[in-house]
Amino acid sequence: MLERANTNAGALHGCYGGLLLRYPTDHPVIPWGSTTVLCLPLAVASLQKPEIRLESLKEDIKEFFKISGWEKKLQNAVYSELNVYPLPSHPAAPPEHLKEPLVYMRKAQGSWEKRILKSLNSMCTELSIPLARKRPVGQQKELLNKWNEMGTDEPDLSLFRPVYAPKDFLEVLINLRNPNYENGDSLSFRTHLGLIQVPLKVKDIPDLKECFIELGLNTGQLGIDDSTQVPPELFENEHVRIGQKVLAEQDSAAAQQYIRQGSPTALRAELWALILNISSQPEDILYYEQLKANVIQHDLLVDSLIYKDVKLTASNDDYYFVFEDYLYQVLLCFSRDTSVLGHFAYNSASPPKSYIRGKLGLEEYAVFYPPNDWLGVDHFFKAWPGVIPFHGFSMYVAPLCFLYHEPYKLYQTFREMYVRFFFRLHSISSHPSGIVSLCLLFETLLQTYLPQLFYHLREIGAQPLRISFKWMVRAFSGYLATDQLLLLWDRILGYNSLEILAVLAAAVFAFRAVNLMEVTSLAAAEAVLADLSTLKVMPLLQIFLFATIT
Amino acid sequence: MSRLSVPCHVKGAVALQVGDVRTFQGRPGVVVIDVTFPSVEPFELQEIIFKNYYTAFLTIRVRQHTSAHTPAKWVTCLRDYCLMPDPHSEDGAQEYVSLFKHQMLCDMTRVLELRLILRQPSPLWLSFTVEELQIYQQGPKSPSVTFPKWLSHPVPCEQPPLLLEGLPDPSRVSSEVQQMWALTEMIRASHTSRRIGRFDVDGCYDLNLLSYT
Repeated sequence: MLERANTNAGALHGCYGGLLLRYPTDHPVIPWGSTTVLCLPLAVASLQKPEIRLESLKEDIKEFFKISGWEKKLQNAVYSELNVYPLPSHPAAPPEHLKEPLVYMRKAQGSWEKRILKSLNSMCTELSIPLARKRPVGQQKELLNKWNEMGTDEPDLSLFRPVYAPKDFLEVLINLRNPNYENGDSLSFRTHLGLIQVPLKVKDIPDLKECFIELGLNTGQLGIDDSTQVPPELFENEHVRIGQKVLAEQDSAAAQQYIRQGSPTALRAELWALILNISSQPEDILYYEQLKANVIQHDLLVDSLIYKDVKLTASNDDYYFVFEDYLYQVLLCFSRDTSVLGHFAYNSASPPKSYIRGKLGLEEYAVFYPPNDWLGVDHFFKAWPGVIPFHGFSMYVAPLCFLYHEPYKLYQTFREMYVRFFFRLHSISSHPSGIVSLCLLFETLLQTYLPQLFYHLREIGAQPLRISFKWMVRAFSGYLATDQLLLLWDRILGYNSLEILAVLAAAVFAFRAVNLMEVTSLAAAEAVLADLSTLKVMPLLQIFLFATIT
Repeated sequence: MSRLSVPCHVKGAVALQVGDVRTFQGRPGVVVIDVTFPSVEPFELQEIIFKNYYTAFLTIRVRQHTSAHTPAKWVTCLRDYCLMPDPHSEDGAQEYVSLFKHQMLCDMTRVLELRLILRQPSPLWLSFTVEELQIYQQGPKSPSVTFPKWLSHPVPCEQPPLLLEGLPDPSRVSSEVQQMWALTEMIRASHTSRRIGRFDVDGCYDLNLLSYT
């Protein structure tokens, strides 16, 4: 690896040691992608000089980075980590404070998790199925042969039921209370008229206008300015040209800025990969193959839940049923992926734990569930367990199938989207993109800008959040037409925030306000809002944010 | 910069309110906490760390030791420091805060007593305070480390002595050993507490129920 250097031993060690990437031990670990760690020895090895001079070593390596393109890759990696991980917190703050600063929310998340575990455990005991077991060799061979067509398998799933559905989660959020808050029974200026009763800070329309400034009326948008009536020379052609340039430069930050105005369909797959900093290195493909091998060797109870969920949701959807096989290939691997667990450092949730049979209580036999010790890959952070899927979980993956065809690429994209965004939609936290804040933002927007509609719906017992919650939890997947959904997810990536989901939900209500004013029951209100597949997302957002008289 | 924790005695919070505390309906918006240092001499304050609990604004007054025979006076050293940008919402309500010497309005040498005046103008919160209060003073200066001469000024390589037959070139050996040593350092540095290996119990991976921790 190192060339022979014309210096003495002590100085060279210092030089090499200084070049190794070290992550501070008290910071939530940044899992540097394999590319970034490998590039430094490569850099040194590629310096073809017979003698490396110590004085110019630093400059030579910097120069090498620029020439070979590694500087860009490093910049992209740093940028993506900055987007994902929270800022370092106060040194006195314990790690659970980093996950979630508010104590009562941590407690609520803890009791919600206990409920899920109880439900899972009771399912285990009722059906007498182990949480995990090794597959017999015959079954392993069979599964390997059928890997690309697992959808044709029709296992008996009638006894399985989803662990929880979004409406169960909504009930938990409705009952969330801050013990230090004035939760009086009598209505006063302090009572929230909506369902969410916690006083989190949410943005109002002037703040949102500032935040989503690229969605303004004076800026071109894909989803509006690429419609057939608008000549492409006005906006679309130039936008595509800029997109190609961004891809040629391979700059993540520029791509994230660019995608705020939408992504052309042809460039979307590459742009998302650039923003999420996904590379197609051989080690990534190998990683996926290892996960696949784990799926083949071991059978988890979670697998049956995944099967059930896919059969219930994606297989019944007109747009996504063709991708059923892909969904299995992605989700089964996802539940065995240790690197997903790294996100639990900044997620208010914690992974479930179990003990090897017969060794209950002994810490050295504790494993997290779904288990993950089978991967021999040395990860840079503690291996933690997986995510328990709920009803509709597979809909997070389904729209991505339109973009990526290789399973390992699809898998990587989904994993990145999950650890950046989707996990916030089903855990209790005070983060501005967390589901609690999104619900409160939705209700506040509706109450402030459509007070008559809000009051009317409340009077007839149709609290608006009861209808829009399922849209937001699934990030509108399965409710919007796919091209519109992808335009929406472009903006989620571009702004690195899920607040746009709450704004869209409010915009949909604003759009159908006239019909909603005439309904007299929750069921009728649901019927008015049942079908969103004809909606165009970008005009709705633009009108609600920028064209409504406030 | 090293720092030393100073043992302090935090007196109970006193709410400032007009009228009788028991019968008056409203909530006090001001609370005062006195911090004394009974067993410590007047010291130089370096840092104050605490965990906020729904306090919106913080004012700190300090009483310092004066050498003359004049009685020590109270001086405001921090005025209306904002802990919660929006007092009605949860932003910053339970955060950990550090306040340093350089943020204070007066110098903090020879501190005798501190008085924290907490304000929370919003009527939404049932109570407010600061918790886990810790005061730090300047610690002893770390002794300056002088590097041995040979580390900071590497000696240029001298001509190696003639080799005996059959022995490998020492500089080549040393560079290879350096590489191996660097690798072992890397592995040692990235040591994880993860166990590597399977949990094959009797040939199958058998999990009991999930545990509620």
